Amino acid sequence: MRPYLSVWKLRFILGMQYRSAAIAGIATQLFFGMIFLMIFQAFYSGSAAEPPMPLDRLVSYVWLQQIFLSLIMLWFRDNEIFQLITSGNVAYELCRPCGLYSFWYAKLLGQRLSSATLRCFPILLIVFFLPKPFRLSPPASPEAFVLFLAALALGLLVVVGVSMFIYISVFWTLSPVGSTLMISVAGEFFAGMIIPVPLMPHWLQTVAGFLPFRWTADFPFRVYSGDIPAGEALWGIAAQLVWIAALTAAGAWTLRRALRRIVVQGG
Amino acid sequence: MVLYFKYLSILFKSQLQYRASFWLLTFGQFFIPFSVFAGMYLMFERFGELRGWTFYEAALVFAVIHLAFSLSECFARGFDMFSGLIASGGFDRLLVRPRSTALQVLGSQFEFTRFGRLLQSAIVLVWALAKLPIDWNAPRAVTLALMVACGVLIFTGIYMLFATLCFWTVQGLEIGNIFTDGGREMAQYPLDIYKKWVTVFFTFVIPFGCVNYLPLLYVLGRAHGHPAGYMAMPLAGVLFLLPCLAVWLIGVRHYRSTGS
Amino acid sequence: MISLQGISKSFKVARRAAGLRQAAKSLIFREHTVVEALKDITFSIGEGEIVGYIGPNGAGKSTSIKVMSGILVPDRGSCTIKGYTPWKERTAYVGHIGVVFGQRSQLWWDVPVIDSFQLLKDIYRIPPDEYRRNLALLTETLDLGGLLETPVRQLSLGQRMRCEIAASLLHGPSVLFLDEPTIGLDAVSKLAVRDFIRTINREKGVTVILTTHDMSDIEALADRILLIGKGTLLYDGTLQQLRGRFGTERTVTVDYRGGSGQGPLVVEGAESVSWSPERAVFRVDTGKTRIADVLSRLSEQAELLDVAIEAKPVEELIVELYREHRI
Repeated sequence: MRPYLSVWKLRFILGMQYRSAAIAGIATQLFFGMIFLMIFQAFYSGSAAEPPMPLDRLVSYVWLQQIFLSLIMLWFRDNEIFQLITSGNVAYELCRPCGLYSFWYAKLLGQRLSSATLRCFPILLIVFFLPKPFRLSPPASPEAFVLFLAALALGLLVVVGVSMFIYISVFWTLSPVGSTLMISVAGEFFAGMIIPVPLMPHWLQTVAGFLPFRWTADFPFRVYSGDIPAGEALWGIAAQLVWIAALTAAGAWTLRRALRRIVVQGG
Repeated sequence: MVLYFKYLSILFKSQLQYRASFWLLTFGQFFIPFSVFAGMYLMFERFGELRGWTFYEAALVFAVIHLAFSLSECFARGFDMFSGLIASGGFDRLLVRPRSTALQVLGSQFEFTRFGRLLQSAIVLVWALAKLPIDWNAPRAVTLALMVACGVLIFTGIYMLFATLCFWTVQGLEIGNIFTDGGREMAQYPLDIYKKWVTVFFTFVIPFGCVNYLPLLYVLGRAHGHPAGYMAMPLAGVLFLLPCLAVWLIGVRHYRSTGS
Repeated sequence: MISLQGISKSFKVARRAAGLRQAAKSLIFREHTVVEALKDITFSIGEGEIVGYIGPNGAGKSTSIKVMSGILVPDRGSCTIKGYTPWKERTAYVGHIGVVFGQRSQLWWDVPVIDSFQLLKDIYRIPPDEYRRNLALLTETLDLGGLLETPVRQLSLGQRMRCEIAASLLHGPSVLFLDEPTIGLDAVSKLAVRDFIRTINREKGVTVILTTHDMSDIEALADRILLIGKGTLLYDGTLQQLRGRFGTERTVTVDYRGGSGQGPLVVEGAESVSWSPERAVFRVDTGKTRIADVLSRLSEQAELLDVAIEAKPVEELIVELYREHRI
């Protein structure tokens, strides 16, 4: 645990030095959140039928996306790992005393956490005090908030599990562009980052339900606003746990195979 | 201008050296705005219309801004990637050559893989145009072409502004994304659906509204008033680029008095 | 032809402290220190000279090169090169100079060298005739024949450096700035590059200003040395003068037979550096003792088989110069 902690601390210090980068990031996310909300509100205002998701829940949905962006987005890439793989230097990594899968997993987790801690609180503070149609409402209930925190944390583990596959795929494709692009475009869409999952047509919601992506963002954010009630949320958390187990098991297995290939081919 | 095309050809040759990755990226670029467009389509499918705008009208708005964006990413990439040129010291090299710095920076990079994105926007454009009952005449066609061209100028101007910032700091340039990526996201829907401050900012400060929303009213036959006014609107892009160029020159002067 | 008068330049540098607390502090408040990169630099260089510009890292070498090539504007002072003030009429001026940054390439990485050359031809607006003439000359003297069609990334470092130099000379400049042109090169390429620099200097009268850390470059090329340290010009003169100032000491190495065989040979006026039954090394200050005297005294004690007399290497002279100025 100690080495991971110091990796995290180092990242944090590094992140602090880029203060203007952080401020710029915050401003960007606020702006994007505003734009998305205005677009959705415009659509809602002309709607005759009752939309499947009330506006205030949608507002929470969009803001939470922006606040926790670095926890949930898939195109968060670590070029160091890509370079290790494409250059074949990954063989040296095998000399480390800890398992490669868990090491990379911890590294990616640390990066996301440190980047999120730097950015989420200022945005959170601002969006709680925005004028009415844009203001982020407090969580639906104390239970909902606790469940949301659990769901968000587990969702983070799901994201890292999925992104590990992006890195592992580079062992075969030898170029990070294709796989990152494809997985992140599809992942972003099915996580409800473009339009919220409840606003999708029914058949697409079914598709999203079978994929891991909506468990990373869509699910925790709807738990927060009470769009998914507590009882259902518990089942959702169970589903997240299953996904985490499946993703890490499959990821570790494919990474072992990929490494064996390298060892056999001699890099 | 001749020199610019020489730059184009040498960089095109370079990128073709990595054929597989070139095609893969081009292909991938095709899909990035695709999911955004799909989102737009699905929203219209659920809600029917957007403050009186139909899906095909919105698609036309989308296509124009994405065309402009992908063209500028392709041709003004040098300014977009300028921080790299500063960090590597490559800018010193440009200063010991007897040509204008802006031209050399423009020529330092082209991203031809953006043709994937361009193609996707072009398809949307054609589709939207085919479905819309536009009363075509020469002024309208010219206006449409001007919209795309001047949109490119605006994006280029923004890249230039943020490239200039690199002379002072290498951090915080992410803020430029608000105006490029953010501007694109924003301008892909008709401007009148937003709050007043957004509309005002993106009409009078960064004139996306002038190359997209306003002249489009004329193209779609929704405009009231004299068409010439609407046709001339996109030229705001030129007006925007000029001060950007001036700021760039100030930045170069600053660089030469302080080094990196 | 080149003359610098009282050139000064200082930079502001942000100070960054270590540790979490300091990092947090610097979020709000940032300290700056002013570094004087150049302090009142004055010198002039005549047409057709080769000048070695030396000094330890961070002494201000690159800053002065940047000022002279028009990249940087100095705070104070004046500089005239070929009648131009470099930072004022930049585009007109830079057509007369060539610059080689040893550590950075100006060639386009993925395309054959000749494509880069053709682009440079357009950038510098070189007339076709002149371009053809210069290219032919450079191809011949730098032996580029087989390289022009090869993509740059496939060239070795030595081949690439030859192409870099050619690229800087395509427009026929009369002043050439070389910033560490031999860095990282193997012995053969180094010799080829030096040879070429001498050739264009002799045949086309190109004035050459080169910075380097490799003293053998200086020894092989430079008639004149400018030593800069902590932003001030510390020495301006020929290599001979420098030798005369510090270099009265010689190292005398003798292979011998015979002698007492019991312990070192002892010679008056020569300090023993090392000794073995077959070979002895002495340090002799020629200002005080004549080499001939030392040798004749040695031959009285043993049968001399071989004698080698060496002056102090330039490296050591430079180190002594540094020491003298405490840099």
